[in-house]
Amino acid sequence: MAAAARPVSPAASLTSAGGTLVHVRVTVNGQPVVAEVEPRTLLVHFLREVLGLTGTHIGCDTTNCGACTVHLDGKPVKSCTVLAVQTDGRDVRTVEGLEVGGKLSPIQEAFVECHGLQCGFCTPGMMMTATALLARNPNPTEDEVRDAIRGNLCRCTGYVNIVKAIQLAGQKMQTTAAGAGGKP
Amino acid sequence: MSVGAPHVQGGIGQSIRRKEDARFIRGKGNYIDDVKMPGMLYLDITRSPYAHAKITAIRTERALKVPGVLAVITGKDLEAAGLAWMPTLMSDKQMVLPTDTVMYQAQEVAAVVADSRYAAADGAAAVEVDYEPLPVVTNPFKALEPGAPVIRTDRKEQSNHIWHWETGDKAGTDQLLTSSPVRVAQDLYIPRIHVSSMETCGCVAHLDSISGRFTIYMTTQAPHAIRTVLALVAGLPEQNIRVISPDIGGGFGGKVPVYPGYVLAAVAAIKTGHPVKWIEDRSENLQADSFARDYHIHAEVGATSDGKVTALKVKTLADHGYTDAAANPSKFPAGLFHIITGSYPFSKAFVEVDAAYTNKPPGGIAYRCSFRVTEAVYTIERMMDILAHRLKIDPAELRLKNFIPPEAFPYASALGWTYDSGNYAGALQKAMQIIDYAGLRREQAEKRRRGELMGIGISSFTEIVGAGPSSTFDILGIKMFDAAEVRIHPTGKVLARFGTKSQGQGHETTYAQILAEELGIPADDIRVEEGDTDTAPYGLGTYASRSTPTAGAAASMAARKIRDKAQKIAAHLLEVSPDDIEWKDYAFRVKGVPTKSKTMQEVAFAAYTNHPQGMEAGLEAVDYYDPPNMTYPFGSYICVVDIDKETGQVKVRRFVAVDDCGTIINPMIVDGQIHGGLTMGFAPALLEEIQYDENGNVRGGSFVDYLLPTAVETPRWETAKTVTPSPHHPIGAKGVGESATVGAPPAIVNAIVDALQPYGVEHIDIPVHPWKVWQILHAAESKAK
Repeated sequence: MAAAARPVSPAASLTSAGGTLVHVRVTVNGQPVVAEVEPRTLLVHFLREVLGLTGTHIGCDTTNCGACTVHLDGKPVKSCTVLAVQTDGRDVRTVEGLEVGGKLSPIQEAFVECHGLQCGFCTPGMMMTATALLARNPNPTEDEVRDAIRGNLCRCTGYVNIVKAIQLAGQKMQTTAAGAGGKP
Repeated sequence: MSVGAPHVQGGIGQSIRRKEDARFIRGKGNYIDDVKMPGMLYLDITRSPYAHAKITAIRTERALKVPGVLAVITGKDLEAAGLAWMPTLMSDKQMVLPTDTVMYQAQEVAAVVADSRYAAADGAAAVEVDYEPLPVVTNPFKALEPGAPVIRTDRKEQSNHIWHWETGDKAGTDQLLTSSPVRVAQDLYIPRIHVSSMETCGCVAHLDSISGRFTIYMTTQAPHAIRTVLALVAGLPEQNIRVISPDIGGGFGGKVPVYPGYVLAAVAAIKTGHPVKWIEDRSENLQADSFARDYHIHAEVGATSDGKVTALKVKTLADHGYTDAAANPSKFPAGLFHIITGSYPFSKAFVEVDAAYTNKPPGGIAYRCSFRVTEAVYTIERMMDILAHRLKIDPAELRLKNFIPPEAFPYASALGWTYDSGNYAGALQKAMQIIDYAGLRREQAEKRRRGELMGIGISSFTEIVGAGPSSTFDILGIKMFDAAEVRIHPTGKVLARFGTKSQGQGHETTYAQILAEELGIPADDIRVEEGDTDTAPYGLGTYASRSTPTAGAAASMAARKIRDKAQKIAAHLLEVSPDDIEWKDYAFRVKGVPTKSKTMQEVAFAAYTNHPQGMEAGLEAVDYYDPPNMTYPFGSYICVVDIDKETGQVKVRRFVAVDDCGTIINPMIVDGQIHGGLTMGFAPALLEEIQYDENGNVRGGSFVDYLLPTAVETPRWETAKTVTPSPHHPIGAKGVGESATVGAPPAIVNAIVDALQPYGVEHIDIPVHPWKVWQILHAAESKAK
């Protein structure tokens, strides 16, 4: 049941006069959008500047830091290294899509409870990577968590509380699933 | 908290959740690149591929033909407006854009303004520049040799020597060293490193041509100082300047300086009449923004034959890059390096530092530390281990034998500081007990017999933070006080504003907790704001662990001013004399009749609805806090490493950090600060270094080559505390943001050197990469064959 796609005009900040524009149709946080973009437009710039979803951050220019991590068809990707046109017909989820119906996701709650963030700049990407980890492994060991977030740099926290938060979120998800009669 | 004990939600000592997290976890922070204004243009920068070269031509025609490009700014344009150079904090000057010579690789050469981010980048790539390469100097020792190419030909000195600074008793130190039965000396190099906050630098500048109002959103740790500098340097009327520091994605000292990009965006905004945004790429940030460290140190320690330290002598060469743009208080060109006597009672000490120009970007900013304190702590803590090895005394025993004892505080150091409080042995003994130091030494002895490499390293550091007393501390003449403005609304809710600026430290929560404790108002009812010079009281900003020692103290003092007035209102409401009222258990109570009381909320309502005749209405106060002294946080860290003999890889197996930052406001936040600080101590010890080749090419100009620790390498930090309050701070707090960055590197290096004792190693310079260790092991192996 597809909702009407929200047409988005090309962002003035990304298009140069005379450049070729390409049509993109993508679902972002459950909402279909259509847009015209320059072929070279990075997904991260498309999200931030065209759609105004500024929770996805840019921390480097070499695909090292992971601040721009989003989900593409459920898998974490670094959106600085994906072109917007590559998402045509696909599903993108950003940090803004974690909270559903006014309810924070377990990973958001756990980051607050465990003090898993300080300046908050790496946090959205870190939470997206963690969410993907927990979807495939709801009860990761500390080593598994550390390995999963090795592509997400944090300069403030020393990772200790991030690791704790991710493990706590896993527990919360299992409790919720059990409480809802879902698979343990 | 025991049942029934007086309590206020979020008071001092409670690990309440952070107020700022609500927006950050939703992706709703407002960082610099999230700021958008109508009609906003974008600025990008063309940079030099050469470290030292004459610019013979700049051609802008191709750039101006790029669709969307509106203007190109060169040094000649700025020169016409008198803006090609700008002053640094250390009375030197720095190029905004060069008019004829570039002095480091990646230096700004031209700025391109366009109507889109991509067009600006296209334009910057299309600017054509002709260069004539000049001889390059990247080694500061070579820079000072006779005949070395002079980098700053604009100076009348015509030399690469910038300044000489010294302190202490030279003759007395020499004499005592000569007469000391034991002397150890060592060269130590602390290389260039980069703070690499996850958010790079940037700004959005706008001049409203009708009102003359100039607004700049920028990644700055010190918005008020920026406003005043803008007024003084650019001649703009200060009431027309508004500096807004939005959410900052980490600072660590890297967002204290004014970089050319900010100035260029401001110039472009004035020139075009549009708001202009400039955001650095990471590579630009790593290659061109100010650096930390780069100290070449020679240290010498004297001691008695039973290991009591006597004298310390230190000679240092500081590499400042092409300009002295260090971020230090004005009177301290080498920062607070003279905290170098550390936790030990040296009776004589002498320190001298010479600074040199090289073809590198400006250095001398912090990397999560108070003005060169890391360099000092690294030196003294390495030297204590070298002394211990020479005397064949256990390094813990040597420290315990020497520590300044708790009863000696306030303690006057040989280099003129007065330490406020400390219990150094208490912290070390606690760390030794947690990690089972004796057990580790037994394990190590056994492993050595088996030929395995295990090392134990200690660091018992003393910091100096909280700059600072106005008698000594200023930046460009502005005294280093900080301020709080606290206003209680009629319904008992609070708005508090500060001159500091959080970059992740959690000020919105911590300051609210101080006020909750002082006012008896729940922290949840207190709103904290910072970073807008139109609304916040004047302060010198956040760096050098100064927020809690200065603005945190101002919060207490402002709250106490409010309490003085509130007491009179409470007396009026309770119909007694103010002298019969006391503030106790978070309420005003009639002495001897504690049940007869008024809360601060009740008093606040009365302050607007029923205040005594003759008294001003309202309930608010401002405090500009001038600290009477610096604070001296301390701690003892113990690190255990295992070294892989085949690869030289160092693995930190355990790391116990016992910190003492005085009174703890939010234990959760304090632990978080220590975890982060330890990781930024671990990084330069084992991973990070910005190197230059002989042509001045930067190695380490992106995250591919400049290795920040990931979760995989970062050790599982173990933390503990002792609490020795500062006697001069209103709540006894000392500041904690940087202790661990300062304390960790020597603990790690001491552990590595300890592991390599069987090879006779006395010192290894940081970062201790596996190849350095492997070379030592391999050389020994080759010798044995």
